[in-house]
Amino acid sequence: MRSNIFMKDRVAIVGAGITTFMRRALETPRELAWEAAKMALDSAGLTLSDIDCVVIGSAPDTFDGMHLKGEYLGDGSGAINKPMTRVYVGGGTGVFVPESAYWHVASGVCKKVLVVAEEKMSPAHPHPQYVFKYIWDPIIERPLGPNLLWIFAMEMRRYMAKCGAKKEDIALVSVKNKRNALDHPAALTAANITVDDVLKSETLVWPVNLLDVSPVTDGAAALIMTSENVAREITDSPVWVDGIGFTLENQHWYNRELAFPRYLNYAARMAYKMAGIERPWKEIDVAEPYDPFDYKELHHIEGLMLARPCEAWKLVREGYFDRNGELPTSPSGGLLGVGNPIAAAGLMKVAELFWQLRYEAGKRQVKKPVHKAVANAWGDLMQAGTVIVLSN
Amino acid sequence: MGVLMSRVAIVGVGWYGFKPTTIDVSFQDMMFESSARAYANAKIDPRYDVDAFVDCQEDMWEGIAISDEFAPEPIGGALRPTFTVAGDGLEGIAHAYMLIKTGHFNVVSVESHGKPSEIKTLQDIYRFALDPLHVRPLDYVNPLFYAGLDAVAYMKRTGAKREHLAMVAVKNKNNGLSNERASFSTRIDLDYVLSSSYSIYPMTNYEIAPFSDASITFVLANEDYAKKLTENPVWIEGIGYSTETGTGATEWHEWGKMKSFRSAALMAYKMANLNGNPQVDFAEIEDRFSFMELLALEETMLVKEGEAHKMLEKGDLNRDGFLPVNPSGGSLSMGVQLEATGLSRLLEAYLQLTGKAGNHQLKNVRRGLVASWRGVPTYTSMVALLSV
Repeated sequence: MRSNIFMKDRVAIVGAGITTFMRRALETPRELAWEAAKMALDSAGLTLSDIDCVVIGSAPDTFDGMHLKGEYLGDGSGAINKPMTRVYVGGGTGVFVPESAYWHVASGVCKKVLVVAEEKMSPAHPHPQYVFKYIWDPIIERPLGPNLLWIFAMEMRRYMAKCGAKKEDIALVSVKNKRNALDHPAALTAANITVDDVLKSETLVWPVNLLDVSPVTDGAAALIMTSENVAREITDSPVWVDGIGFTLENQHWYNRELAFPRYLNYAARMAYKMAGIERPWKEIDVAEPYDPFDYKELHHIEGLMLARPCEAWKLVREGYFDRNGELPTSPSGGLLGVGNPIAAAGLMKVAELFWQLRYEAGKRQVKKPVHKAVANAWGDLMQAGTVIVLSN
Repeated sequence: MGVLMSRVAIVGVGWYGFKPTTIDVSFQDMMFESSARAYANAKIDPRYDVDAFVDCQEDMWEGIAISDEFAPEPIGGALRPTFTVAGDGLEGIAHAYMLIKTGHFNVVSVESHGKPSEIKTLQDIYRFALDPLHVRPLDYVNPLFYAGLDAVAYMKRTGAKREHLAMVAVKNKNNGLSNERASFSTRIDLDYVLSSSYSIYPMTNYEIAPFSDASITFVLANEDYAKKLTENPVWIEGIGYSTETGTGATEWHEWGKMKSFRSAALMAYKMANLNGNPQVDFAEIEDRFSFMELLALEETMLVKEGEAHKMLEKGDLNRDGFLPVNPSGGSLSMGVQLEATGLSRLLEAYLQLTGKAGNHQLKNVRRGLVASWRGVPTYTSMVALLSV
């Protein structure tokens, strides 16, 4: 990758939409997708006929129980007689969809792109965790019957051991995010809780307790992304995509140093390079690190180089990442507070940054002035890192 | 400046398989084989020279809930920018094209594979692609019925007869005899096809492409790199893809047509600065169902509407005809490799244009068209226009 200094057309986000995040939605996946898409179109003052291309993001087909899920979501996402494609990097898909839309626009192939991410996890029977029985290497791992929570528990344990963080410190992230989510109209698990509540909640796989984890959720989110010329016609305050980064580690999670997310660090460096950011810890004003687990937000803050390795948990204690802190993270409430419909959750984070950078986040608006923002998502077997850098 | 005007070229290709079964390799082995051959063919080291890796696969074909996990390692993309397109390989080519056109990426590789021989319950996987509310409850419906409906509507509209559909199969099955990748080629004649029983009305077993295993990797580069890397780059003049409607909304599909081919073709022709009918020397056209070849020829505007079966009858579509179509034998001879089907057709076009097609090489070909469909029950198609 190199920086293209001859870039003719910058890429802008001009509209965003989101459904309520919920459990056991009655809407079909297509309906959820359209609800979010319609809100995004309306917010940009566009109709479906204005849209050139559609990019869909959705994680495992098995959640919705649909083979060729992109094709199934097609008409619900507005892809009627339009170029439509579905990109897929596991849990990292949410942030990856706008990245893919970026090159749809930056290449000059499309002018106005509708970006849709949808996930409906509730119908999986008996529990969505069962879908994760089929993500392992079919020869080496699957016969052992592993569970996704186990390997994340190992990662959390490793982070605690390497960095000296305690469960009480990590639980602060869950407290912060669930509190932030109280102001989010789409939130599923917003709550005013204490560290004690987290520690006393049911232990799923030690050291992961129930309140350390984001919930099973149904929902969808959407963005409208356009070229610079089109954006100037639509809005006075477009949000620019300054950089994109994505990396896939190999699938051998057991061979890695789990305390530091290298997959994310590489992706972040790529995105920062494209955005011309040299000191992210100083230049980034607000961040939406991916937080399906509370330790994961700390992990990702370090991977994004917003804090030194092993120091994020100390800063959380000081309130550094609060909504009125030095560097607010997950002002939306994140996955822990708003909910985790996998791909839609990642796109919700980008939508939140869009609203923050336009000062449209209402009660969620961070206190400090914001100019540059970063979001990331994480997926597959702890191996996918996707990063997007935005500015206003 | 220069960077955005840069053309995009195919600079290397590798393939493995095209066999009804590949019991000696896993799907990762196949990916590794095809990718290693492609990088050797382009004379590059993927760990240093490739800026992004695209992999095309679908979860349920693989039997893995997040198949993307297994993408990076066999194709050389670990800890590098790698991602999966849940779609046909030609969509991956479109992504690579766009990545290069942004000016941020110089060299991009695209891999796709299909290993249908390892799927025990193919029929059930197809069922999962059907609309869960309206179609799936119809118990034990053969999902290929969609193609049968389209075939009948097409014949009614254009006046093509059942014999014409059989003629497509005869042409392609015989064309495949000189192609090393065509496992299902066979010497048959019209009577033989017409006298066999229907599989999906109005098509017999010979008119429906079987499945085969393959992995294919392409290396694409911008103009500067292409000229450095190879003496005979094949330029992607235009690439298009389109979806007519979702699989849950078949009521919006225009039966007997395939509008997505037309939209995709228009997108590709516009990219190539062409108006309407491009002058191509040959075409590798979707033929997983025999009628599809005739339909796709018309929808891509290579021939006039309702003319395809007449040209077929006159022999214009034969290898020595006015417009050779599927000189490789097409999917009817090579099989359907799930999401790699589009790339298998692109591979044939690439080999023709570089003069490496071997026994089925056409003479003096400068420009070719590739059109592929994602198969039942989708309404998504891809079109690529290549030239040397």
